[in-house]
Amino acid sequence: MSVTVFQNARIVDPSRGLDEVGAILVEGKKIAAAGAAAHNQGTPEGAKVIDCGGKTIVPGLVDGRVFIGEPGAEHRETIASASRAAAAGGVTSLVMMPDTDPVIDDIALVEFVLRTARDTALVNVFPAAAITKGLEGREMTEFGLLREAGAVAFTDGRHSIANALVMRRALTYARDFGAVVAHETLDRDLGAGGVMNEGLFASWLGLPGMPREAETIPLERDLALARLTGGAYHAAKISTGLAAAAVARAKADGADVTAGVSINHLSLNENDVGEYRTFFKLSPPLRAEDDRLAMIEALRDGTIDIVVSSHDPQDVDTKRLPFADAADGAIGLETLLGAALRLHHNGDVPLIRLIEVLSTAPARLFGLPGGTLKPGAPADLAVLDLDEPWIVREADIRSRSKNTCFEGARLQGRVLRTLVAGRTVFEA
Amino acid sequence: MIDAAPPPLFPHRHLLGIRDLSPADIKSLLDRADAAVAISRRHEKKTSALRGRTQINLFYEASTRTQSSFELAGKRLGADVMNMSVASSSVKKGETLIDTAMTLNAMRPDILIIRHASAGAAALLAQKVGCSVVNAGDGTHEHPTQALLDALTIRRAKGRLAGLTVAICGDILHSRVARSNILLLNAMGAFVRVAAPSTLLPAGIRQMSVEVFPTMADALRGADVVMMLRLQRERMAGAFVPSVREYFRYFGLDAEKLKVAREDALVMHPGPMNRGVEIASEIADGPQSAIQEQVEMGVAVRMAVMEALLDPRRNPADGVAA
Repeated sequence: MSVTVFQNARIVDPSRGLDEVGAILVEGKKIAAAGAAAHNQGTPEGAKVIDCGGKTIVPGLVDGRVFIGEPGAEHRETIASASRAAAAGGVTSLVMMPDTDPVIDDIALVEFVLRTARDTALVNVFPAAAITKGLEGREMTEFGLLREAGAVAFTDGRHSIANALVMRRALTYARDFGAVVAHETLDRDLGAGGVMNEGLFASWLGLPGMPREAETIPLERDLALARLTGGAYHAAKISTGLAAAAVARAKADGADVTAGVSINHLSLNENDVGEYRTFFKLSPPLRAEDDRLAMIEALRDGTIDIVVSSHDPQDVDTKRLPFADAADGAIGLETLLGAALRLHHNGDVPLIRLIEVLSTAPARLFGLPGGTLKPGAPADLAVLDLDEPWIVREADIRSRSKNTCFEGARLQGRVLRTLVAGRTVFEA
Repeated sequence: MIDAAPPPLFPHRHLLGIRDLSPADIKSLLDRADAAVAISRRHEKKTSALRGRTQINLFYEASTRTQSSFELAGKRLGADVMNMSVASSSVKKGETLIDTAMTLNAMRPDILIIRHASAGAAALLAQKVGCSVVNAGDGTHEHPTQALLDALTIRRAKGRLAGLTVAICGDILHSRVARSNILLLNAMGAFVRVAAPSTLLPAGIRQMSVEVFPTMADALRGADVVMMLRLQRERMAGAFVPSVREYFRYFGLDAEKLKVAREDALVMHPGPMNRGVEIASEIADGPQSAIQEQVEMGVAVRMAVMEALLDPRRNPADGVAA
């Protein structure tokens, strides 16, 4: 069995609350030791030694919300191209959304994704299956069979379930299989075709506004149903202070509730839309600055459990349109870490908490291996230079689609090397 | 139009919105338009300012009034004018906008006039073509030539814009005319009031440098200008207001409501009017109405805008697409 030692590194492992100088010993596909202890163990004979020169090693990121175009829209992204982007971004596992064509609402699709990932992907790809058939918000999918086939969670992806009874039954039934129901909430009637955050800025641009309540009213409903059913509910992508407060109340009541936020809603606000820049058209829309600050606070105080890229590749055919007609979404696998590290560099969120919400917590939430550097865990890790500055350039993007919100952005901190199951899948 | 002392070079290649204009820009366009009014009143209406230039009108929304106004303006300046009426049924919302723009661009027009149902469509087009672009209305965003023609009408009637009180009444929420007018009138030092049912006010209206009034009586008291907006038919039946008769009762302009405005208050409407919905016929056709004047000023303002954008002193290389 091949043995590699990463020496002279700062080891940050939120799963053990560890942030110390040491080494990591990788044996085959697994971590044999990590931390100061590993450093003291010395180097086994025949081991390959890599001197990290004081750089940082973290468990590979686990991205809990990734949209991929395969099957159905391979021109936007394939499982292989998404995995290359992930590897470059230090993401070693991703949860793939069921919004494909056909929809991942059947075991055959789960098997297709797992097989394609095994044959073509550089990182671990875990499919999430639809809650309802065809993402139509009506009939439940086969939670048991899908789970056995390998679906790690249930979500209707970009779609929001309008019917409270459907949601109640999904939460109740999923509980029998220990499955998380992840939901992005949007009341389409109240949203009234809104395409950006409701407020002065949208009004001047002449764009229909999306009120915060279009997100929070169905969220409050879901949280009530989570209390009622005892089911595991994950608010997939909240964007407002109101939503964070609702989640905090449900948690205080003891409901089995978690929440996620996209890196975009931590990094950007409605002003970034500028002059109808469609790459900044997201769902939920980028909010006002006070909501962005509320997201950071909720991340710090534990109301928000995970940070996702919400990677959503869109091509020119869906983005080079008038703003209201353009598709929602932005890519993010390659910039997730760099953008998140801004919060570390400006002192908003401690590094170990950031790695927790990017890796350890999502792995735990979705029951995935990884997210830890404990001995015996898969050797999924990233070697980082926390300080190296770089500029995001379209030409460097590995994703098949280029719809990034960070074009030209100056980020600090980048991935030097990514390992998945002991194998180097990316090296800067 | 070009006298011995030529007007200053207009510092913009496109006219996408009033927001991009300085008070000096607005004044220079209005001054040019004043001169253009004289041309339109001559026996010989044709000039050679844009001779040899090509103007394309690209209208994704049907608009007889605005399109013919731009067409006539171009012809009076001597331009070759082509109308591309895009039947809204044959174009799936916005999908071919860029492709159409690129095709037209390849024909090397000098100026593109665009009307589109989506906010930002004119700005998008301006990024992709090599010629000047004039926004003739993009969704509920802006309609800059309408605001300019309204300002010209007011300035000619009142002698000034600064210090006047202008009440804009009706469907502010869906009105690009209201947005452009609020920007222009504020830039020129007028006081802007708005009156509308609260369901037809945009979010953040109170931060738009306007005074908001819940009733016409309050909004019109002492006003120098009353600007009525068109209410789209589909918005009258329960979605935003319950019925036409209820809307007219509270927000339709009639003689009774107009009484509280200044005696010489100017009544305006961008057209086309819904008589008996937002305005009573007796007012629309009455002595205070400037509605016909607005139409005349429309041609003059569009002549001024196109002449300013296609100023021959501008570096011709500016207009060449890569």
